[in-house]
Amino acid sequence: AGLALVQGLTVFALAVFVGFEIITKIPPTLHTPLMSGSNAISGITLVGAIFATGAKQHDFATFLGFLAVIMATVNVIGGFMVTHRMLQKFKR
Amino acid sequence: MSPVWLNLSYLVAAVLFILGLKGMTRPRTAVQGNLFGSIGMFVAVVATLLATGVVGYVWILLGVLIGGAIGAYFALTVKIDQMPEMVALLNGFGGAASMFVATADFFRNSNVASTDVIIATGISALIGSVTLSGSLVAFGKLAELDFVKKLKPLDNQQIINAGIAGVLVVLIALLITHPMNFWLWLIVITALALGYFLTISIGGADMPVVIALLNSYSGLAAAATGFVLQNNVLIIAGSLVGASGLILTKVMCDAMNRSLPAVLFGTLGPTADGPSAD
Repeated sequence: AGLALVQGLTVFALAVFVGFEIITKIPPTLHTPLMSGSNAISGITLVGAIFATGAKQHDFATFLGFLAVIMATVNVIGGFMVTHRMLQKFKR
Repeated sequence: MSPVWLNLSYLVAAVLFILGLKGMTRPRTAVQGNLFGSIGMFVAVVATLLATGVVGYVWILLGVLIGGAIGAYFALTVKIDQMPEMVALLNGFGGAASMFVATADFFRNSNVASTDVIIATGISALIGSVTLSGSLVAFGKLAELDFVKKLKPLDNQQIINAGIAGVLVVLIALLITHPMNFWLWLIVITALALGYFLTISIGGADMPVVIALLNSYSGLAAAATGFVLQNNVLIIAGSLVGASGLILTKVMCDAMNRSLPAVLFGTLGPTADGPSAD
């Protein structure tokens, strides 16, 4: 368990630096679309929701996982589609 | 799918997320960037559906169908000038999802979980819940719902917030020493209250900044969930959003002449004359 934690922290720290570096100068018109697009990516918790629902060991845990799948999918599908709509004016 | 292929798929997804976020910072590449992000999500989800350990599909597929229908309905019907409140609402759903994953996993594994997993579970439930209630308040304010308009911050709100934060620290400590579902649900309820109070005192004009911050939180909640499940793509995507969201919040604060700490501690807006109580 200790090694898994250190590996997780390593990945976490490096990804945080990448996240800081990605965002530099952004034109104000892209503030809301970028917020919306990254919000859709935070719906990655859908992966965790699938594991929680699909493990099939306990009914109540499966139910909580089911709720998580619904909510995360709303976040993912709604997020990417809303962002796409917002970005229409940037289409070349 | 074996763990090797699963994690290779996650690597592909993580690269697509980075390229996607990078692309969305430039007008010319923004559409493509969002597309990269969605492809990355598709890769990660399909790989997970094929992963060993995922055996029951009925509830997953039902959940994806229901959630997908709701999400698509929201996205297609929202008016273009209501986009910020829609982002807030969707963000609330993401926070709720992280909270439910944490509680589901704890329900199943609390008897075998190590201390670091228990801490991650508590943090995931905490941040997810703050994100949920905070986002719903932000949505309600921007949508100008009548009952949200009537809600007012309490006297000495900053001191109360600090008190609630202190209670949450104690509850996490109790969860570590006594790993019981009761403490986790108490963390959820207390954190819901904190998210509500942090957002309720902020004026509608400043809401976009708050939504950007809550978006960063939902990323951190996903990353914490990644520590619970020891899952790399959750940690990477979550911390990418957490970090880039915080920078975006700062950028938006600067553009609107606001201070980042004021947003962080809920002291923005008309009630902001008192000192921060963090």
